[in-house]
Amino acid sequence: MTQAVNALARSDAPVGRSVGKFAAMTVVVVGLAILPLLLSSYQLALATQILIFAMLAMSVDVLAGYAGRTPLCHGAIFGASTYVVIYASNEYGLPLPPALLLGVLAATALATVFALLAVRTAGVYFLLLTLALGLVIWGVCLRWTHVTGGENGLRGHLREGLFADIRLLYFVVLTVSLATYWAMHRFVSSPFGLTLRGIKDSESRMASLGYNVPLHVFVAFTVSGFFAGIAGALYAIFNNFVSPSTIALAQSVQGLLMAIVGGVGTLLGSYVGATVIILLEQFVSAYTERWLMVLGAVFVLIMIFAPEGIVGKIRALAKRSN
Amino acid sequence: MMLFQVLNGLTFAALLFVVAAGFTLIFGLLRIVNLSHGALYLFGGYIGFAVAVKTGSFILGGAAAMVAVALAGLVLDQGLLHFVKGYELRQVLLTLGVAFVLNDLALVIWGGDTFTVPTPEILQGPMNVFGVFYPKFRMFVLLVGVIVFVGLWLLLHKTRLGALIRAGVDDAETVEATGINIRLVFLATFMLGSALAGLAGLLGGAFLTLYPSADSEILVFSLAVVIIGGRGSLEGAAIGSILIGMLNTFGQVWFPELAYFVIFGPMALLLAFRPLGLFGRAA
Repeated sequence: MTQAVNALARSDAPVGRSVGKFAAMTVVVVGLAILPLLLSSYQLALATQILIFAMLAMSVDVLAGYAGRTPLCHGAIFGASTYVVIYASNEYGLPLPPALLLGVLAATALATVFALLAVRTAGVYFLLLTLALGLVIWGVCLRWTHVTGGENGLRGHLREGLFADIRLLYFVVLTVSLATYWAMHRFVSSPFGLTLRGIKDSESRMASLGYNVPLHVFVAFTVSGFFAGIAGALYAIFNNFVSPSTIALAQSVQGLLMAIVGGVGTLLGSYVGATVIILLEQFVSAYTERWLMVLGAVFVLIMIFAPEGIVGKIRALAKRSN
Repeated sequence: MMLFQVLNGLTFAALLFVVAAGFTLIFGLLRIVNLSHGALYLFGGYIGFAVAVKTGSFILGGAAAMVAVALAGLVLDQGLLHFVKGYELRQVLLTLGVAFVLNDLALVIWGGDTFTVPTPEILQGPMNVFGVFYPKFRMFVLLVGVIVFVGLWLLLHKTRLGALIRAGVDDAETVEATGINIRLVFLATFMLGSALAGLAGLLGGAFLTLYPSADSEILVFSLAVVIIGGRGSLEGAAIGSILIGMLNTFGQVWFPELAYFVIFGPMALLLAFRPLGLFGRAA
């Protein structure tokens, strides 16, 4: 059986295609690297934001697209990391690297607790439970005023000195983003990741083949939380401010929507999804303050017309017209 | 003092029950997790508030809230959920999108201010409950909660519609095969559940007040209630509401800033032993 699963892993694409793929990747990476020369600092800030949220969307995708568990708590994991980074640097005067590390650790610990609770559920129950857990964290951040600053949130001092220049931050985020993409890609295409896909397709089959389904989901959840934590820690530097809206349900929903728009089960799609949603947000915000209404409406429309995501939809349309 | 807190817990539980009963009925029968239930609660509250202020009648406010939200449920079920029939996850995420739209719409219409629904004069002021002076209105909410429980129990166990709903919970296909239009039963349940959210919005608007994030707050409580009580179970919703209501009240007294964590505990414990909730059954 392991052999069969491994055979699935090997790409059956011809060599020429994988060379082409490699060349395309190189072009994209070089393009991203020279972006600071082409864009204004405002546009570069947008690009940085897109890279950060693509990381969040990928972490959602690890669960939604590969383990078949759609989570609605990743905004809370992401935001918890942001809170911890800013709080640690404000209150304890921690330098940036240990503050970031602490943020990622806190997010991973939170994800571990969530995973322990949610691991026995699936489908809609998993969604509901993670939603409730995420809302609990939001409620705590809203009410625990003397730590979290309540509605007013916390302002950091992370953009002073080194990161006052958005270009440097962009390069750091780009590097981390590519590294996390690579790591997540390795994770989902490892034998472990293939087992996850097996669980997504048929949980009972994998269980009767002797795989420990809850353990696999638990590990996937924790790993996914770790990556969401990295995104949240970077967001702390980028935004230099955190309030309950960072950790609110809308954040989880946005992350999930980005993963869905890009197509679940395709990590690279998260970049497409993040770009589409963040540019849409910018565009809408120029005309109206009703972003949440638009976000909700987009969600409804995607669910009705293109649940396979924009990339998948275009592919399907192209196939039909051929 | 203790009795006072117990009454606080019970009255809050009664409100939660009215919200969660509608939620769990829809979840149990239609397999639809309506995440816009909280937004419907908020809308019901605002509409009830507007009508109650305009007409000066609390009862008219309640009627308006229930009818308006039941109609919103009708539109939601027939206009949107219809397109994603049979896809559980897509349904849930769709209702989540609807929740965002409704919440933002409420912000446009009523702004970010806090409103309190005016209560009729005979429900104002305190009354003597076993030697404690306690707000009359909160006792009224407790009474409504009990009436809704008894009413729903009678509906489910003593009427034909109730029998159909219970049969539908167990096996919708077989009910349909006996020549009954289960779609109509589904629709009636959806509208009834929504109307309960509207009623709860009015009651909650009078003692918890209405503000833009009230929908998320009530949603997390009703989720916890349904997770604890189990899908589609009226008794589960009642026990879950009392548990959550009490824990939240005493949590706020003992750990004012961390009350949210207190509802997290029993949920965690329960899930460790009964992932489907106290009265939940596998689908």
